[in-house]
Amino acid sequence: MAVLIPLVHALVAIGGAVISVFASIGRLVRFAATALVRLATPPWYPARILEQMLVIGWFSLPVVGLTAIFTGSALAQQIFIGGSRFNAASTVPAVTVIGVVRELGPVLGGLMVAGRVASAMAAELGTMRVTEQIDALATLRTDPFRWLVAPRLVAAVLTLPFLVLVSNALGVMGGWLLATFRLGFNSAAYLATTARYLHVDDVVSSLVKAAVFGFIIALMGCYHGYHSSGGAAGVGRATTNAVVSAFILILLANLVITVIVFAS
Amino acid sequence: MTPKLRLSGVAKSFGAKPVLRDVSFDVAAGESLVIIGGSGTGKSVTLKCILGLLRPDAGRIEVDGADVTALRGAALARHLARFGMLFQGGALFDSLPVWANVAFAVPGSARSRRAAALETLARVGLGSEVADLRPAELSGGMQKRVALARAIAVAPEILFFDEPTTGLDPIMADVINSLIRKLVTEQAITAVTITHDMASARKIADRVAMLYDGAIIWHGPREAIDRSGNPFVEQFVAGRAEGPITMAVRRG
Repeated sequence: MAVLIPLVHALVAIGGAVISVFASIGRLVRFAATALVRLATPPWYPARILEQMLVIGWFSLPVVGLTAIFTGSALAQQIFIGGSRFNAASTVPAVTVIGVVRELGPVLGGLMVAGRVASAMAAELGTMRVTEQIDALATLRTDPFRWLVAPRLVAAVLTLPFLVLVSNALGVMGGWLLATFRLGFNSAAYLATTARYLHVDDVVSSLVKAAVFGFIIALMGCYHGYHSSGGAAGVGRATTNAVVSAFILILLANLVITVIVFAS
Repeated sequence: MTPKLRLSGVAKSFGAKPVLRDVSFDVAAGESLVIIGGSGTGKSVTLKCILGLLRPDAGRIEVDGADVTALRGAALARHLARFGMLFQGGALFDSLPVWANVAFAVPGSARSRRAAALETLARVGLGSEVADLRPAELSGGMQKRVALARAIAVAPEILFFDEPTTGLDPIMADVINSLIRKLVTEQAITAVTITHDMASARKIADRVAMLYDGAIIWHGPREAIDRSGNPFVEQFVAGRAEGPITMAVRRG
């Protein structure tokens, strides 16, 4: 009988952890559902949405653009080096455009925006929570979900596809710049090959990924900030959790979408 | 006569920790009740339960005789619209200028809202020169006044004041207390103030109640606070370290 006691303790611990994980998922799903339900009915705050689109989209352009240019260039260089081993260096434009549009543009764009925006959202909402500003909103005839969460979700879902479009274009441009100025590719031929291998499906999947990543970024930023507690340390934890969870969910969502769209 | 506000046996726990065990009191229309008690006794939790920001585990809360204990959605929004609240730290929105904070819940065009904000700021003794400043540019006392202006801007039926004088020097604290008393008297607003500042309690209250260990252990008119006959109240009012409250803390 005594032998079973450690086993029971282990099962209790595992069960507790599993319940805790499912409870967290349940809270997150409920939070998202509440925000979506609020989105379906007025009042809406278009000025708040535009303000958030500016914060998320316009102010993220430099970091997303630079990331795309540098990564596109590095990708072209690596494909050239790797392809040369198999006498396939000419695949640089085709592989670069597919790699950038299908994967690197949306994923790196999403991760960069997550680092910049999810942290800012969590910090702002977290500070509002611990200074009772969110409670104050409720006493001022304003639903905090409609005022704080819904505009951020809408703005992120609408803005990320535009950011990723820019990211894709700059990523391809980075590859073209490196290929033509350093690797000796003919500019016109490079661009013609790029256009030939760029399919509409690639662009559409890229934009779908971007919209999903936008939803994840805003959801994680708002969720962790909204439920922040414990003063400055709590806001710090919320910020970290928002970024880490957004990163993981973006990579997971990218894998799922890639498998669904391209495996067939 | 039906009280404006009635709490009966309200209890609230956070996890295994009971904060409110059995809170019961009435507030008549136009009356100013001050709830005194030490830090962590559940004063703020009481207010948040009444507002519906927290849901009590047990008990009943009534406003004008109607049960408001477990409201949701639109009913909760209508309930909240009857209240104004001055939060302990002001809870002003950092991203908005002073006038937009004050006029936050005021309907209408930007011009009419700004005019309403300036009028309300004047009622708490602030001029138009602060209207375009950010809350972070104001002193603690001015922030409290702006928060007070925001609380009264939409003419609520019931006003809550959460530690209105915390962090203020005695003179500024008296200015805030006088403003609150003036507002409550002139407009016959029902008010509930929670504080551990006895000067504030003496100035604002019509009646005083003491919250201790999750329950109201004494209540009476302001004039009776110095002859309550309750050793907990006497110790708290005198601000003595020795007494039953200290013993209770030591036991904990």
